[in-house]
Amino acid sequence: MKGSFDVLIVGIGGQGTILASNILGGACLIEGRHVKGAETHGMAQRGGSVESHIRIDGQYGPLIAPGTAEVIIAFDMLEALRYSYYLEKDGIIVVNRQLVVPTSVYMQGLPVPVIEEVRQRLAAQRICMIDADRLAVEAGSLLTQNIVMLGAASHFLPLKPESIAGAVSRLVPQKTLEINRKAFELGRKAGEQCNNPMQP
Amino acid sequence: MERRYLLGNEAIAHACLETPVDFISGYPGTPSSEVIDELRARPDRRYYIEWSVNEKVALENALAAAWCGLRALCTMKHVGLNVAADPLMTSAYTGVTGGLVIMSADDPFAHSSQNEQDSRIYAKFAKIPCFDPSGIQEAHDMLGAAFRFSEDVGLPVIFRPTTRVCHSKGDVDLGDIRIPERTGEFHRDPRQYVVIPAHTRILHKKLNAKQERIREKLVQLGFNYAEIRGKDAVIASGIGASYVRELLPETTSFAKIGAYPIDEEWLKSFVRQHERVLVIEELAPFVEEEVRQVAGVIPVFGKKSGHAPLEGELSPDVVAGIMKSAGFTATQVFPGPSPVSDVPMRPPILCAGCMHRATFYAIKKVFRDGIFPSDIGCYTLGLQLGVVDTTICMGASITVASGIYHAGEKRDIVCTIGDSTFLHTGFQGLLNAVYNKATITVVILDNRTTAMTGHQPNPGSGFDACGFPTPPVSFEAICRACGVSFVETIDPHNLNVMLQAFRDAKERPGVKVIIARHPCVINARRAGILGNRYVVDEDLCTGCFSCIRFGCPAIEKSGEKALITGSCSGCSVCAQICPAGAIVHGGKK
Repeated sequence: MKGSFDVLIVGIGGQGTILASNILGGACLIEGRHVKGAETHGMAQRGGSVESHIRIDGQYGPLIAPGTAEVIIAFDMLEALRYSYYLEKDGIIVVNRQLVVPTSVYMQGLPVPVIEEVRQRLAAQRICMIDADRLAVEAGSLLTQNIVMLGAASHFLPLKPESIAGAVSRLVPQKTLEINRKAFELGRKAGEQCNNPMQP
Repeated sequence: MERRYLLGNEAIAHACLETPVDFISGYPGTPSSEVIDELRARPDRRYYIEWSVNEKVALENALAAAWCGLRALCTMKHVGLNVAADPLMTSAYTGVTGGLVIMSADDPFAHSSQNEQDSRIYAKFAKIPCFDPSGIQEAHDMLGAAFRFSEDVGLPVIFRPTTRVCHSKGDVDLGDIRIPERTGEFHRDPRQYVVIPAHTRILHKKLNAKQERIREKLVQLGFNYAEIRGKDAVIASGIGASYVRELLPETTSFAKIGAYPIDEEWLKSFVRQHERVLVIEELAPFVEEEVRQVAGVIPVFGKKSGHAPLEGELSPDVVAGIMKSAGFTATQVFPGPSPVSDVPMRPPILCAGCMHRATFYAIKKVFRDGIFPSDIGCYTLGLQLGVVDTTICMGASITVASGIYHAGEKRDIVCTIGDSTFLHTGFQGLLNAVYNKATITVVILDNRTTAMTGHQPNPGSGFDACGFPTPPVSFEAICRACGVSFVETIDPHNLNVMLQAFRDAKERPGVKVIIARHPCVINARRAGILGNRYVVDEDLCTGCFSCIRFGCPAIEKSGEKALITGSCSGCSVCAQICPAGAIVHGGKK
């Protein structure tokens, strides 16, 4: 057995995947657990598709193999679809109901992907859709959609919600602490509807 | 002692503080940049630190510091070591008194690079030791040992983490930070530091005499170790070793290679106790070649036997696949689903409001039939806009442009090069082009920073690595000093002026330079100096989609009209392009 609980966070460069993975890593540290991860730096961060691997209790390499991630947290529907093959059979995709159309689609005149079609293509997987952008605005800033998503995903992670919330408090800029706390709570509430909390 | 969740490069930076290191130089390059970025930002720094203008310059500075008895770190990406290869090769002859660690970060799969070269081969070439960490904790622990080893053998050493070490994260046990207390002093010794033939012949002998001791010492230090557990053995290095550990049954022997050169006797005695040996490593079959030399009749599996790929990077599933194909047992089988097909690609793209896009638009407009050599930076993404025809290495846009001209090409040749790249190794090419009378247009894309690697300052930025003011170099003065008579500086967000400058350049013979200058939009956003956003007046929009073809990520199609999203940074270029005047100020964000 691999001995780790593997979480893949995917999105578009600039959406805050790195902060989200730092928060999960921080939460592991709060609980005194090992953690390994890998992420995209460099040119791909310029609006490209990005991925962060987080292996809770991981002791070996940082990479998750396709078909073995317990949870995928996707900040964009199209990215959820792109990386869905990383999900294990019984895993869950927690996804922001939001689709940013790649500029190349317009420039090359390709068919424009729409949310409903992407959702249908994900029908075989267990998915939890969250209106993270709306909730982030409700919390006080669109920029907190990554924290909303962590709140929603917290139901499916083997980490205590207070550990994740604690890591949020440590890692976000102090002047945005309150709105990030609120974003986490709103996300957590929204994730409840997906109503299959992880079994211990 | 403290445990923190860190990026590999942050852990390496922290190890520098523990060692402690006295002198740090480097040139930014993914995946190496965060080591200096982390160290230059510390308010409590007691070491000398600089971003150098290129890797050769960085290494020569660090070498001099190590000659003066300081512990010096020099960081770069793997291809930077090509630039620094000249001092590297002879620094092994002169040796060092203070420790000198050259961190050359390799990039298997070329995530952000132009090739997949292997720094271990440089170490062998130069006859110096090389340290090859398999994970973050080991990278952290190895760095201090690398310095001590460098001082012990009196040689520079190469430290070569790979992308999945530099840019992976994990919980790391850190040591205490120590305050550097050494002061550098140069002791004159021409026989050591002046490599005239009479001296260098002796120095080469001395270097060769050190080799045996290096090999033995590396085994004693425990960086190369083995466990005998069965008749099959896996030998692994770098991040590959961490994937192997995840998959290795208890009945398979394991040898971990963390440092080179490998002691042949030690390796031979391990290999000869097995019936079959599999070598797992990224990039070149470097360990594998050593293993093959000592294996005798024992079958060796790896890249050379066709069981492991010669390109790309390893991962748990790839390693499991190699083990399976070579007939070795792995503890896990991976389901191996294929990537989802028919998902539109999302490649990286120039930002909304990036000055490069506007400049490329104007180049394309004026030089429709041109040839477009380019260089390495964010602007390489101009490939998507059809304005990047060549990229080979840092500083090779102007040289390729002049080469194409002298080859007899009759079309206009317009090359693009960023500010940092121009200062790195670009302007020698400009000097050469003028000297040898090429007719080309050189566009210096001056966004005042080294953007792609994380916005490091350069001599054009006006401040040093630690943020202190320095006189910004004048690109105009450099170009004029090289003998260029046509040097025009324009703001690429002023489309008409830029187009006119390109038209003027097109008409003239010789080397013309246009400096397109505007701050990087990411820095402008951080500084709070973005303009107000723009919107589409739907009544005026004719749906011609000229703005869509501009390729800005803030512009989308909404039915038959264009739409500007909230990611607009107010550069106004699309409003200047729109033939219907339908793009207008949308007020403050």
